[in-house]
Amino acid sequence: MTQVITIHPVTRIEGNARIDIQLDAAGEVCDARVGISSLRGFEQFVVGLPAEEIPRIVTRICGICPWMHHLAAAKAVDACFGASLPPAGHLLRELCQVLAHIHDKILHFFFLGAPDFLIERDADYSVRNIMGLVQQQPELAARVVRMRQLGQVMLERLAGKAIHPVAAVAGGFARPLGKSERESLYLDGQQLLDFACFALEFAKKEVFPQFLEVFAPVGAITTGFLGTVDQYGHLRLYDGTLRLMHPDGRVEEFAAPAYEQVLAEEVVTWSTAKVVYAGSWGEGLSLDPASPKGVYRVNTLARINVCDQIATPRAQVELEEFRSRFGRPAQHSLLYHWARLIELVYACERVLELLGDERIVDPVVRAPVTPQAGRGVGHVEAPRGTLIHDYTTDENGCITRANLIVGTTHNIAPMNVSVRRTAASCIQAGRVDDEILNRIEMAVRAYDP
Amino acid sequence: MKGRRRPRLSFVWLQACSGCEISLLNSGERLPDLLNKVEIVYFPLLMDRKCGGEGEFDLPEADVGFVSGSVSSDEHLTLLYALRRRCRTLVSFGTCATHGGIPALRNRWSAEATLETVFPGTPGQPTLPAEVPALLDRVYSVDEKVRVDFCLPGCPPHPETIAAVIETLVTGEQPRLPGKSVCETCPTIRTGEMHRTVRRFLNNAEYNSEEPVERMRCLLEQGLLCMGPVTVGGCGGPATPLCVQARVPCRGCYGPVRSEGNQLLDMLNVLASHGVDHRSIVDRQSLLRFSGAHGLLRSVRKTEGVVLMSEKGNKKSS
Repeated sequence: MTQVITIHPVTRIEGNARIDIQLDAAGEVCDARVGISSLRGFEQFVVGLPAEEIPRIVTRICGICPWMHHLAAAKAVDACFGASLPPAGHLLRELCQVLAHIHDKILHFFFLGAPDFLIERDADYSVRNIMGLVQQQPELAARVVRMRQLGQVMLERLAGKAIHPVAAVAGGFARPLGKSERESLYLDGQQLLDFACFALEFAKKEVFPQFLEVFAPVGAITTGFLGTVDQYGHLRLYDGTLRLMHPDGRVEEFAAPAYEQVLAEEVVTWSTAKVVYAGSWGEGLSLDPASPKGVYRVNTLARINVCDQIATPRAQVELEEFRSRFGRPAQHSLLYHWARLIELVYACERVLELLGDERIVDPVVRAPVTPQAGRGVGHVEAPRGTLIHDYTTDENGCITRANLIVGTTHNIAPMNVSVRRTAASCIQAGRVDDEILNRIEMAVRAYDP
Repeated sequence: MKGRRRPRLSFVWLQACSGCEISLLNSGERLPDLLNKVEIVYFPLLMDRKCGGEGEFDLPEADVGFVSGSVSSDEHLTLLYALRRRCRTLVSFGTCATHGGIPALRNRWSAEATLETVFPGTPGQPTLPAEVPALLDRVYSVDEKVRVDFCLPGCPPHPETIAAVIETLVTGEQPRLPGKSVCETCPTIRTGEMHRTVRRFLNNAEYNSEEPVERMRCLLEQGLLCMGPVTVGGCGGPATPLCVQARVPCRGCYGPVRSEGNQLLDMLNVLASHGVDHRSIVDRQSLLRFSGAHGLLRSVRKTEGVVLMSEKGNKKSS
């Protein structure tokens, strides 16, 4: 007789997910699945709408990272309409994107992930969260809350709406940045960089040493990785070439519009999100933790692994330290959190770089566009991983077909492998308790679905 | 809710993006204080607590339940019924919950058509995920399924409004909810002279970027479709509506000014009364972009592969 253990809903993540763990007659794990249980159907309901409206609609895929969908969609629509943006249009869009990464990383590390590490592991569910952190470490919590909000407030000043944004428009950006606005944003950006450096030092001292030892078995798997780099192999979040790294270290690079030649999608019974795998490896898909096939990962750890270096100084120093400790590619799933904070430093440095670029205050921010038939693929690196929007338009510039691959979708396969591995190492003879179930959830939280 | 113990709050999400919850977190300095005033008993984004999931949800009892998202699967429905049973006051939190929001755009198609598009199927592969909650025939707002005590609109609601509503519910007072239209809270210049047609947003609006938004001409008067007249305001808190701050026209994300209003019919009225040719709008169905629940947006028939839409009042767009 078999038994199924269900974790539902998976908490302290964004979205609706559940885990089902199957035990055999001896109480050992024989299978485990993590699936997304909610379907909206964006691919259906954008059909027929004018393409220039889509960047304002797809934001509702995610309220934590609406900017990523907004920008990937805007880039896809630009491509459908053959638009060529003025430099300020791109710079302002990227500034918004890195600001949005900052709020997301602070949220994910401190609000969603850190309670597992900063609050005693046997603590009750009612305190193992940000509210518990507010009680136990009020000064730290107050600073975290303030800094996360600062990133959001900067976005509002720059672009009106921070959640479900509207300012990236077909052909560019809706409003230019004033010189005095730029100065005040720069001062705020410096505060964020100070905080990012503090957060990484804090985590290296207070969080990472214990968790790497205690939680070593959580999600340890070997996979490939996918991320975006520029022509020099530097980490990029806004644009660049996609680089797919095989577990053996060899890499292939491709432009986003060629994604279908490299990545394959498969419908599975237990998830509304399709499973994506590396079709170009020619080995098919297997979620067996002993020898996964076709499985690659996206998101922070993937980007840190695939890039040769980071083009901002503080983050590069951190990358070198990370590599000297964990090698390349680093495979341990909990290192997602470490990589997340390195990217936080990069994003803050990039804010200052972008604001320091004279072209960003150019009043010409948008090229007029003409609706036309076409196909456009837009991609950005979202906090949760590589995000691809693919649209086709008719001669009126209205959508006839859409395909979206979101960050979480790439990670469905590795999350399944990680969860099964973690469950198998934590559950023996059918014995489970809250602590074990939470460890299994941690394998999901590392990826940030 | 006056008394010794802190009021117990439950946050449940259905077909949601978590933007409403993130907006609550954006209340910044006010947040730690707010979190200390209440006891949050259920909040899957921020805290651990399982409530089961096979047919029955075991939610903790709460004084106030906040529900975000629309109702689009049988699992959402079960969860919503459980929440209604377990809380005294129920707040529809955000436009998906109050009017269907973006997820209700799916109501222009049948559930089967949506599934066929999303999972087109390939030879030798399963065409549909079978072990996931079943889609309902259409997307519903929360009040179509259970009794609701307060509707807090917004996509997402403004952080200050959320904080103020929680604070008033904590003290047992009636919350004051937004009631003015976006236009009433918009400072742009109106002359009464309208463009005779509505143009697509393919060029930026005309304005001097050196001047404050108060010196900009009303976007609707510039011939851009701005849903300000028929949309409830409050997105910018006490400040200028947020899209207008970005010099971008409103798309109606807070839903109708009166909760039973129809943004499509009301907007067509506005345009007609100013002599604007409504046929110049490329996608009239988008006037219900955020308020397609309550049967306003629904699939009717297929003609040569094109799905048409009908709305209340038997008006048909083609």
